[in-house]
Amino acid sequence: MDKTLYEKLGGEKAVDAAVDIFYRKVLNDDRINKFFDGVDMDKQAAKQKAFLTLAFGGPNNYSGKDMRKGHAALVSKGLNDTHFDAVVENLGATLKELNVPDELIAQAAKIAESTRNDVLGR
Amino acid sequence: MSIITFQGVNHQCRSNETVMECLERHGVSVPSSCRSGICQTCLMRAVSGQPSRDSQKELKSSLQKRNYFLSCVCKPTSDLTVAVPNSEVLPRVPVTVIQKQEMNSNVIRLRLRPEQPLEYRAGQFINLYRHDDNLVRSYSAASLPQYNEPIEIHVRHLENGKMSTWLHQRVFPGDRLTIEGPHGDCFYHRGSSDQPLLLIGTGCGLAPLYGIVRDALDHGHSGPICLFHGSSTHDGLYLIDELRHLAEHYANFFYTPCISSEPVRKGFAAGRAEQVALDTMKSLKGVRLYLCGHPDMVRETKRKAFLAGASLKEIFADPFVINSGVISTSNKEHKVIAV
Repeated sequence: MDKTLYEKLGGEKAVDAAVDIFYRKVLNDDRINKFFDGVDMDKQAAKQKAFLTLAFGGPNNYSGKDMRKGHAALVSKGLNDTHFDAVVENLGATLKELNVPDELIAQAAKIAESTRNDVLGR
Repeated sequence: MSIITFQGVNHQCRSNETVMECLERHGVSVPSSCRSGICQTCLMRAVSGQPSRDSQKELKSSLQKRNYFLSCVCKPTSDLTVAVPNSEVLPRVPVTVIQKQEMNSNVIRLRLRPEQPLEYRAGQFINLYRHDDNLVRSYSAASLPQYNEPIEIHVRHLENGKMSTWLHQRVFPGDRLTIEGPHGDCFYHRGSSDQPLLLIGTGCGLAPLYGIVRDALDHGHSGPICLFHGSSTHDGLYLIDELRHLAEHYANFFYTPCISSEPVRKGFAAGRAEQVALDTMKSLKGVRLYLCGHPDMVRETKRKAFLAGASLKEIFADPFVINSGVISTSNKEHKVIAV
């Protein structure tokens, strides 16, 4: 049987390796880091892990409703498509840094993309 | 809307309300201190119903399995029948004050002899109880239990701080107090003994750091151990001679006292401890950090350290909030005193 994307990427270990790199990129990205001012870093890292697990095609409790609820306050502060693009870009750069092949990066980006309308509350 | 049943009485819990808030709104007093899911003073047990996952995740698995939870952070999603734990769950240990020492104009050191052995690690915190009214505050241990040292805590006097005022003014050697604990993961972790350690503390956040440094040295830690202790004025620092002496004795221990708001004397660094530390260290990749002190400093430094390359798993922080009316750090007025 073919391996799933999650297995190809290396499962939970790969997610753990990616969390710090991804979160650091996000906090260094002036396009989006204002949305993370004053947040509890440990709680936020747990959310980043959940997001990466989702994008890696791993086991997750993704619900469009939660995604909407979780981002509603940010949407009212101006969260829009350009910010979403920046996050997906950081995801791609993270995987690139971890030497993930382009084809798998594209698959992960596609899964992330599927959450766009929920995140942006549309 | 969930129903909270306590001692046979049903209480309606509003949406977004915690079990503790609901009970207090109905006149039921619940022991508490931090009200942020850390100190475990408000531990309760769900006799029926399932407490929220959030309210259990900091508890030992043995307590989780028995349906214990922290009522200050439990927003119920279903009806709960709750009970206060019996005294065996969080055993309280009587202690005798055997020494009280002024460290500077604002900080005292208390040495406490437990009446039965207490297993803990330097840097962990204990909850200290006042008998009369069950007032509770958390303090971190600066002592090394492996040498049978009495438990050492540092208490800064906070204006309007009920516990710190009492300890400073009314408690003397020979008095008996009660403690419960230990808790927390801010201590020296064995293994990788060559890893660089960076410890940053302000005020009496030095207590856990002083314990962790000596614990690391005692375990033969071979990597560099860098301690930055900060205060606005020279008078706010303490244990300076002891730490300088330790630095002379151990080639891998470095101590930098930092002063942020007055001209510095020789042998002190100018600036906030966290800033001096980050300027000195440059990259924090592979470094383990311990941050203790004012919560704003801890939060900001955590972020900066992470951006400077430290892994989040390698950043340990004293989880406490200093409060009591003087330093207001959140909208919850009755948060914790500590460190």
